[in-house]
Amino acid sequence: MNRAPWLWGILFALWLLLSWHFEPLFIIFGLFTCTVAVWVSVRMGVVDRESLPVHLIGRAVGYVPWLVWEVFRSNVRVARIILSPRMLVDPSIVHFRASQATDLGRFIYANSITLTPGTVTTGVTGDDMEVHAIVQSEIDGSEENDMNRRVAVLEGKDPR
Amino acid sequence: MDMALTVLTWALLMAGAFFLLTGALGMVRLPDVFTRMHAAGMTDTMGAGLILAGLFVHALSAGDQLVAVPVRLLLILGFLWFTSPIATHATAKAALSGGVRPFTLAAAESGDLPESAGSGEEPGGARQLTPPGDGSGAGQSGEEQGGASS
Amino acid sequence: MFAVTAAALLVAMGLAMCRALLGPTAYDRVLALNNIGTKTVVLIAVLGFLNGRPDFLDLAIAYALINFIGTIAVLKYIEYGDLGAPSRPDGRETN
Repeated sequence: MNRAPWLWGILFALWLLLSWHFEPLFIIFGLFTCTVAVWVSVRMGVVDRESLPVHLIGRAVGYVPWLVWEVFRSNVRVARIILSPRMLVDPSIVHFRASQATDLGRFIYANSITLTPGTVTTGVTGDDMEVHAIVQSEIDGSEENDMNRRVAVLEGKDPR
Repeated sequence: MDMALTVLTWALLMAGAFFLLTGALGMVRLPDVFTRMHAAGMTDTMGAGLILAGLFVHALSAGDQLVAVPVRLLLILGFLWFTSPIATHATAKAALSGGVRPFTLAAAESGDLPESAGSGEEPGGARQLTPPGDGSGAGQSGEEQGGASS
Repeated sequence: MFAVTAAALLVAMGLAMCRALLGPTAYDRVLALNNIGTKTVVLIAVLGFLNGRPDFLDLAIAYALINFIGTIAVLKYIEYGDLGAPSRPDGRETN
């Protein structure tokens, strides 16, 4: 799949949405700017599966709402820890195994872990995720396994 | 209808402010840099997210500039949610390789609080937290070596 | 209601500023400053609504970009002591 037209389309849509002017002069400026930007990007060789994962858009529609709900739930959990008078934190570093096939999938998984408060990815080596958790006992792995499976589905791999 | 949207805007803004203040409180209360990251993550995700969602609802109900304002709000929100974990991860990785030992309950109960040793100033303060044994290894001062190589 | 939100943002920024001043490590300060930057982005957006000038949102977008780049740059400088160094000073791999 050639991704340069995708990049051009996204950039030009962004131009139109942000300017919201439809005079010919502005349209021509936009066409020119987007073309130059795409040309430079292609020349730099930065338009590929990882930098422009348009093949994930369809499945991301299902993943993002679940992620937002998960972020909300863990926010409430961390807020309760911070607001409790004794503040029972029991931080530790735990390890997870990521079952995604591609670096892009592991990147999404690691960022999803970090985005949910209470867990921060501190390192990724191969398929090993090093995660700092604020309360060790609440990280029993079930939620992370769920997220792991969903990210694997997101990148198009059959769930195990 | 308009009333309901106003109430929804209020609710979203106040919920966002609640998470924001809780996260800021956590920044002050929590014991070390790694636990504070979780509090910082709260303000980055839910605090900013709910407030921007409240502004989004308000912009939709206000009706003028129906495209410009909501699109910009969504862009800001998307950008924050994309970059916040990357910045947090970079901080965590830098702190680990800079020799900051994560706070643990076991260390706190034995009176070995990392914080108590960290009265020094930055950027050397981070390095002072390394155990005496490997103080010359991972905690190597980047400034001197970087200056020598440039 | 925007004034209340802006006040909450300012209080939260004050608390984060306390952490930035207290330290104790450089990473606490970077974390706190990144956090203040995020709150500034939201504050600019809220102030735009407060004054009835949504043009402020463009400034918020620009500030979000600058805040992220700035945080990464400061972290890289703390870790490597150099903004242009391709690898660690001690010869280890960067990743």
